[in-house]
Amino acid sequence: MGAQKKGATARVSEDPEELARHPLQAILLADSFTTKFRPITLERPKVLLPLVNIPMINYTLAWLESAGVEEVFVFCCAHSKQVIDYLESSEWSSQPNFSVTTIESHNSISAGDALRLIYERNVIHGDFVLISGDTVSNMSLTQALQEHKDRRKKDANAIMTMVVKQSKPSPITQQSRLGTDELFMAINPVTKQLLYYEDKAEYSKGFISLDKTLIADNPSVILHNDKQDCYIDICSQEVLSLFTDNFDYQHLRRHFVKGLLVDDIMGYKIFTHEIHSSYAARIDNFRSYDTISKDIIQRWTYPFVPDVLCGSSAIKVERQGTYRASDVTLSRSAQLGSFTFIGQGTKIGNDTKISHSVIGERCTIGSNVTIEGSYIWNNVTIEDGCQLRNAIVCDGVILKSGAVLQPGVILSFKVVVGQEFVVPAYSKVSLLQQPTQQDSDEELEYADSTSGTGELRSDKLNGDIAPDLSETASELGTGGVGYIWTVFEGAYDEEWRHSVAPIPTDKLVKLMLDKDEDEELLTQDGNVISASRELKADSDGNGSEDDDNEDSRDDYVSFEKEVEATFLRAVHENVKVDLAVLEVNALR
Amino acid sequence: MPDTQALVNDFLNKLKKRKIEGSQATAKQTAELLRSVISQTRMPYTNQAAALIHSVKAVGERLIAANPVGCMHVMAELAVGNVVRRVLHIIREEDLSLTTAAMAGLNLSAESDDEDDTDRDNHPALSAAAIAAASRSTLRPPSLQTLLEDVPDSAAVPHTSSSGGDSEGKSKSADKSSRSRKLKHDVIEAVNELIQDISTCHELIAEQAVEHIHQNEVILTLGSSRTVLEFLCAAKEKKRSFRVFVAEGAPRYQGHLLAKELVTRGLQTTLITDSAVFAMISRVNMVIVGAHAVMANGGVIAPVGLNMVALAAQKHAVPFVVLAGSHKLCPLYPHHPEVLLNELRSPSELLDFGEFSDCLDFGSGIGAPLLHVVNPTFDYVPPKLVSLFITDTGGHNPSYMYRLIADYYSADDLVLERRTTSGN
Repeated sequence: MGAQKKGATARVSEDPEELARHPLQAILLADSFTTKFRPITLERPKVLLPLVNIPMINYTLAWLESAGVEEVFVFCCAHSKQVIDYLESSEWSSQPNFSVTTIESHNSISAGDALRLIYERNVIHGDFVLISGDTVSNMSLTQALQEHKDRRKKDANAIMTMVVKQSKPSPITQQSRLGTDELFMAINPVTKQLLYYEDKAEYSKGFISLDKTLIADNPSVILHNDKQDCYIDICSQEVLSLFTDNFDYQHLRRHFVKGLLVDDIMGYKIFTHEIHSSYAARIDNFRSYDTISKDIIQRWTYPFVPDVLCGSSAIKVERQGTYRASDVTLSRSAQLGSFTFIGQGTKIGNDTKISHSVIGERCTIGSNVTIEGSYIWNNVTIEDGCQLRNAIVCDGVILKSGAVLQPGVILSFKVVVGQEFVVPAYSKVSLLQQPTQQDSDEELEYADSTSGTGELRSDKLNGDIAPDLSETASELGTGGVGYIWTVFEGAYDEEWRHSVAPIPTDKLVKLMLDKDEDEELLTQDGNVISASRELKADSDGNGSEDDDNEDSRDDYVSFEKEVEATFLRAVHENVKVDLAVLEVNALR
Repeated sequence: MPDTQALVNDFLNKLKKRKIEGSQATAKQTAELLRSVISQTRMPYTNQAAALIHSVKAVGERLIAANPVGCMHVMAELAVGNVVRRVLHIIREEDLSLTTAAMAGLNLSAESDDEDDTDRDNHPALSAAAIAAASRSTLRPPSLQTLLEDVPDSAAVPHTSSSGGDSEGKSKSADKSSRSRKLKHDVIEAVNELIQDISTCHELIAEQAVEHIHQNEVILTLGSSRTVLEFLCAAKEKKRSFRVFVAEGAPRYQGHLLAKELVTRGLQTTLITDSAVFAMISRVNMVIVGAHAVMANGGVIAPVGLNMVALAAQKHAVPFVVLAGSHKLCPLYPHHPEVLLNELRSPSELLDFGEFSDCLDFGSGIGAPLLHVVNPTFDYVPPKLVSLFITDTGGHNPSYMYRLIADYYSADDLVLERRTTSGN
């Protein structure tokens, strides 16, 4: 550790020249290492899913290019071949002054693994932008980079700048907009240093706990719940070596950021950069897919909007925010509502109503079809009289006449829905059978590589599909093909939260009620930080002594006893405060 | 032509990274790029103008098709397209004058066979019929007919000269090479002039300022335009004392920058909101504004808000003067699909995303946004609202624009983009 630190400081001394010499680099993680987009991601990597008819990774790459990044390393894991093939055939492989290099791995199961692998390759030579391939932004990096470099000059421990954006602190906005958990951040308003990060705040408890030293060390701390994490980080090289040193770091936020914030031995610091007029958001789940699609259609991400990205001749914006490709066959009686996107070569029949939806390329849509708030990808056939509300329909799906998709339905590739069949709300349908293991969401994220098991299972399944067809026919009506995935017991509660469909009113009411209760709890305390047990205990102690952090409480009853004993001994033997602190820290 | 490719890529990259700001710089650099394209084009023995036109068109198509993300792409597209068309026109013109000279040489070959080059300047002395015939054949180079016609034409040259009795092989090759060098040379000369014109257009326009701005007048402008700034300052330098009202030009508020700039140059400036224009217009003697493009019918593509200013000016009979360098003259009509496209920019210029994120909440309610923010970049000001255009060649009536455009562009090149899309 010590040697490594020395290395870091030695590097800093020659930093100004070094930074000037190196082109700006970026690491783009083309795998989110989660399973939130299943069953779609069993067949295609998340970064290649179309977002308003353009693969997500194109938004990220276009932004990186415009922001002045010159070298991008795309880390592919799940379905790496598809990603590499796509990038090679796309325009990105031939851009001047913008090189896209792919790094392939088959056994990485987390962002941590990915960064460790990149560290081994030794390709990053200076500050770099860390981003995942599902992030849409139009911010300018210049100022954030400059701030980062200036801070680095003053303090070699400022190794990361995290981009945050204000999002209205209405009680339910965070959840209903992006479908993410509410995020609490404590930020020093003067230095912008990030002091606390908690995205899994437990509402049932109605409080969060802050480290006492945090308030003692900083003249002022602002606790935010109105900040949205954009998942765009400007990192120094040390970040990669830190991942290598701490081989148990997996998740960027949950392990790395929190680990750094808790760790006071190395003294590494994370800072935030708030963006105001520009846009940045990450597609984490189906709800944020829906929200960000709508933001793009509303042009918040300008200039990264479909009509500019595709070239001005291909797609035109019409009144009421309707985007239409040049060769759409549209029946006279069809009604295109506002905020709708229609891709090239799509045919739309008589009396069909479409609003707030994205229709991909070469789709055939029959007569008397109603499509609301849905995302229909390429080559989809929708026969007469179908009704779709808030659904995602992947490539090659066929809806036989009269089929109905209730809100929140996901139809994966090439599923066929039988005549007059009603697909129940929130169901996920795929040609592939559901993975049988009943993992909780949490475990899946780490224990299961999306690529490894996914591909394995699909191989196995391809053999099985043919004999199973007769059985599944009943599952999706006559002539239907596909499996309806069953929802896990525990996860059922979460379905509405992460779905593309709007939150049902009853849930909304419940959420509001919960929130009101919480708020009462919070306001009782004057300052929003509700005092935890530890904080109270400390506040009548002499203050400079220890406090262990909240998370470890349950496991460390014995630890607490130990601390208590140390504390008592310190008081009895009149040990100096500094030494006592050191001793208690050593107990961790 | 690997060098040309590199140059084109470099230029596109600059456009994308916004290293080229403003239509003047874009136009100038496009012209410079095309100049190097021309100088690197290998000249075939026959049909040289067609070869040049072909290579310029190929580059032009790439420039327009590339559609630089991030610049104000409509504007950049218009400026690039205009310059490409201008250069094509220059090639045609030079070819025409050379052919005329060659024809003259042909007719007079009995007397002076070796004075082809110098005869070019004398062609007014020739019979009008010969020139008309020559121009008819050269005016449509890309057509099949010209391709066919060109061969007997060039074949005829040595034939006649051989009948004249000179050493045929030598004169043929000498004539060819001199003509090829001549065409290229002339074209490059003319493109240089164009570059010169573009870079001096601000000064040329500003020179006319004293003729238009009088003592103690009140001038109104909206947003910011470099041409307007130079124009006003030129009048100030000539000891005219006048006042300027600047409408701020929401939502990008470039009027603020202009007001600042005017004040540093010592002009009496008043900043008003866009919505106050109608209230103030009765005190104004003249409205002077810049433009993004001037269309073939005399209509103007201008920053958003100008149509309103023009209507207010008309209501109070205040002259509405548009300043535009000749590179902004666009041979297209405003109903052309390329132009109809307005550029809708991000709503974040109007409102703060953080403050309004609860209005854009799609998860609750009907799942669809109730708030729609429209932020167009351009306005179209119809020609009847414009009193006068001031270009680098002087002041013109809107109804005269088509005539200026006919001087600058060939009818053959108007459909540059159309060919691109169908070609791909």
